[in-house]
Order: sequence, then structure tokens, then C-alpha cells
Amino acid sequence: MKFLYAAYTATWIIHISYLAFVLRRYIRLRNKIQELNQK
Amino acid sequence: MSALATLTRASLSKDLRLEWRSKDAINSMLFFALLVVVIFSFSFDPTAEESRRIAGGLVWVAFLFAAVVALNQTWARELRNQVLDAYRVSPAPANALFLAKALGNFIFVIVLEAFMTPLFIVFYNLRALGAAYQLLIVSALGTWALVVNGTFFAAMSLRTRSREIMLPLLLFPISIPALLATVEGTTAILTGDYSPKFWIVLLAAYNVVFTTACLLLFDKVLNAE
Amino acid sequence: MLRRAFPILGVLTAALLSYGLYEALIGAPIEQSMGEVQRIFYYHAPSAWTAFLLFTVNFVASVVYLIRRSIKADILALVTAEVGVVFCTVVLVTGPLWARPVWGIWWTWDIRLTSTLVLWLIYVSYLMLRRFSSSGQTPLMAAVLAVFGALDVPLVYFSIWFFRTQHPQPVIGGGGSIDPKMLQVALINWAAFLCFAGLVCWSRYRLELLQREVEETEALEALLDSGGAP
Repeated sequence: MKFLYAAYTATWIIHISYLAFVLRRYIRLRNKIQELNQK
Repeated sequence: MSALATLTRASLSKDLRLEWRSKDAINSMLFFALLVVVIFSFSFDPTAEESRRIAGGLVWVAFLFAAVVALNQTWARELRNQVLDAYRVSPAPANALFLAKALGNFIFVIVLEAFMTPLFIVFYNLRALGAAYQLLIVSALGTWALVVNGTFFAAMSLRTRSREIMLPLLLFPISIPALLATVEGTTAILTGDYSPKFWIVLLAAYNVVFTTACLLLFDKVLNAE
Repeated sequence: MLRRAFPILGVLTAALLSYGLYEALIGAPIEQSMGEVQRIFYYHAPSAWTAFLLFTVNFVASVVYLIRRSIKADILALVTAEVGVVFCTVVLVTGPLWARPVWGIWWTWDIRLTSTLVLWLIYVSYLMLRRFSSSGQTPLMAAVLAVFGALDVPLVYFSIWFFRTQHPQPVIGGGGSIDPKMLQVALINWAAFLCFAGLVCWSRYRLELLQREVEETEALEALLDSGGAP
């Protein structure tokens, strides 16, 4: 049972960390776009 | 076809002559492989029976790392004097250059193996229990498998940052089946437990597949702009 | 059009994922010999199928790029490789977590496990190449590497298959028939993961497209600046 929950949790941790990585890139890009627009 | 052969021969003999005069690649490879052998030898200190089982792996790991040293220098000389740019605008077929480089590397690594094998025999007390002549086939095929992709990936990594690190990162994952086949084939011959035939066939298939792929795609890599 | 559909699709995917999770944890029958731990299967196998599908798309996109040099194919290849590696990681993490209680070992050089590991290594090196090479030739190099990786897959499979027959291995219960309900739950989860992967790929695709546009604008800006002030 312990292993079952560990596996399911691990799966979602991996997916969520990838989503966080994508989100961070998005935020960085949005900041850059704002910077370019101000120029 | 004959233009390809002539150009390959010209380019290869130029590389060999350069290497003969400087001996840069071969010296660094030899010393590197020697270090690996010595370090492995006293970190394991195996008996004859054990060494037969592990020697295949050790030998090929040493050769692999040493080969990377040579492969990394393949294109450095050509890059320095814009030879590659000159080659790009000339009507010479790109494959001639690739074949010459791959053959040159093949010869360097084979020479290295010829020098290092006696050392391995001394340090590890090796004696093949299977048919020893098959070792020649396995090492020739295994070396070509490493070198053909290595030369290709070295050309690919020319355009990346920190290209010396990039080459093994690209080469090792793709080479896993070839390495496995070479190591297992060598072990099979050394221990004489089973036939290395399947591994030889696999290596031959690997070589045919990747040599074809390299020859078909090298033109694109050289002319990438 | 798609932009407006995105939240709706997101909600639908979340619903499907939760339904899949419910079915996997409660709905599916308990496996007799392995017990509750077998439920890892409902995440493990669908993730593997999704990863393989994404890698196939990556290969096709790379070939299309080599023929047509279309930027869209290149971005698609990058995105599917990234998401494929994420799913492959899930497979490689859940695999040992399943193996430990059932076979008593974390890892064995089993053919499927090892091939998946090698596949993962190949695609990680692909992503490394994309990361380290910053020039305009990156797409071409990456596409070439993807083709090499795909050529490698059958060779990897055969070499490990033969390697395995020579070395004694722990006996791994395979084959046998699978309960139709179990298969159904696995397929539901697969559908959910496919929707999820599709959405992630799509957002990542938009992001990459936008990023390249911004980089182009930036380069143009820098060019204008240097031209304007000699």
C-alpha cells in the first residue's frame, strides 16, 4: 500500500514540476515582452 | 565513385601524415588508456578466473574513453583554418571527407588497441578460452561502430557550446547496443562459455545501419547553415 | 478558437484524470497474487504507452523537418521530446516502486525496463543537444539525432533481449490473461493521460512559438540599436 501511494504521488510530483518549469518560462517570457513593449 | 575514392585517399593520407609527424592524438590516447588500465588494475586486483569475466568490460571502457579523446580532436584542425568552409564551397562530395575522417579515427583506435592489448594481458593474466581469432572480428566491428558515430557526432557537436563535453553525451546513449555487443562478445570469447556469433551479427547490423545513416546525413550536417 | 476551448478542455481532462484515478484506486478489482500494489499498473503502463507515442511523433516530426525544414515540425519535435521524457521518467520511477514489493528488488535488467531506460537516455541527450547548441543549426542537428535515436531502438531491443537470455534473471510473472475490467481502467487512464499530454504539449508549443518570436524581435531590436548609434 505504501508503495502504491508513493508511486501515485511520485507521478504527480513529476508532472507538476514539469508544469512549474513551463510556467516559469512563460512568466519570464511575459516579463520580456513587457520590457520590449516599453522600449 | 572513383572521385570519392581518390578524395578519401588524399584526405586520409594527409591526416595520417599529420598524425605521424605530431603523434598528438595517439600519444594522448595511449597515455590515457594506460592510466585507466593501471587504476582499474589495482582497484580490483582480480584472480585469473574473475578477470576473464570482467576484462571485456574493463578493456572496452578504457578504449571507449581513450577513443573519445581522439574523436574530439577530429575536426579541431579543420576548424582552425576554415578548411570546412573551403570544403563546403568546393564541389567535392562531403562523404569523402567523412569517410577519410572515420577511417583515420578507426586506424588510430586500432593502433591504440594493438598497443594496449599486451598490457591488458600482462596486468590481468588473460588467456582466451574460446577461439581467439574471433576477438579480431569483434574488435574491428566494435571499433568501427564507435568511430563511425563518434566522427559524425563530433561534426555535429562542432556548433555547440562546450563541444568536448557534448560528444560523449551524444555518443554514449546511441552506442549502448554496440558497447553491449562488443563487451559481451569479448567476454564470450574469453570465457569460452557461449558462442559470440549473435553479438558479431548484431555488431555487423549496427555498423551497416549507422554507416548508411551517417553517409546519407553527413552532407546535411556539413552544409548546415 | 482553440484559445477559448483551452479552459473547457482543461476541465474535461481534469475530470477524466480524476475519474481514472478513482477507477484505478477503487473501481478496479484487486489482483490476486500481487494485491493492492498491482494498481500501480494503471499509471505505469498508460504512461509508458503515452511516452512511446510521443517519441514516435517526435521521430515523424524530425523526418518532416529534414525534408521540409518547417519550423512548426521542429517545435513539435522539441515539445514531444520534452513531454515524452517527462512521461518516461514517470515510467522509470513507478517501475521500481512496483518491482520492490512484488519481486523483492528495485531494478532488474529486464528487457522492457532496460529498453525504456536506454530510450530515456537517448532523449535526454537529445534535449541536452538542443540546450547546448544555440545557433540556427540546432533544429537540423536535433532532427538528425532523433533519426539516429529511432534507428537505435530496434538494435537496443535485440541486444538486451539476447543479453537477458544469457544471464539468469529473476522470474517475472508475465503473460496470462488480463481481467477485462482491468484493461478498461488502464485504457481510461491512458485516454486521460493522452488528453493531459496533448494539452501540455499544446501549451508548450504555444510558448515555444512565442519565445522564438520574441527572440527574433529582440535580435531585430539589437540590430536597429547598433545601426542607429554608430
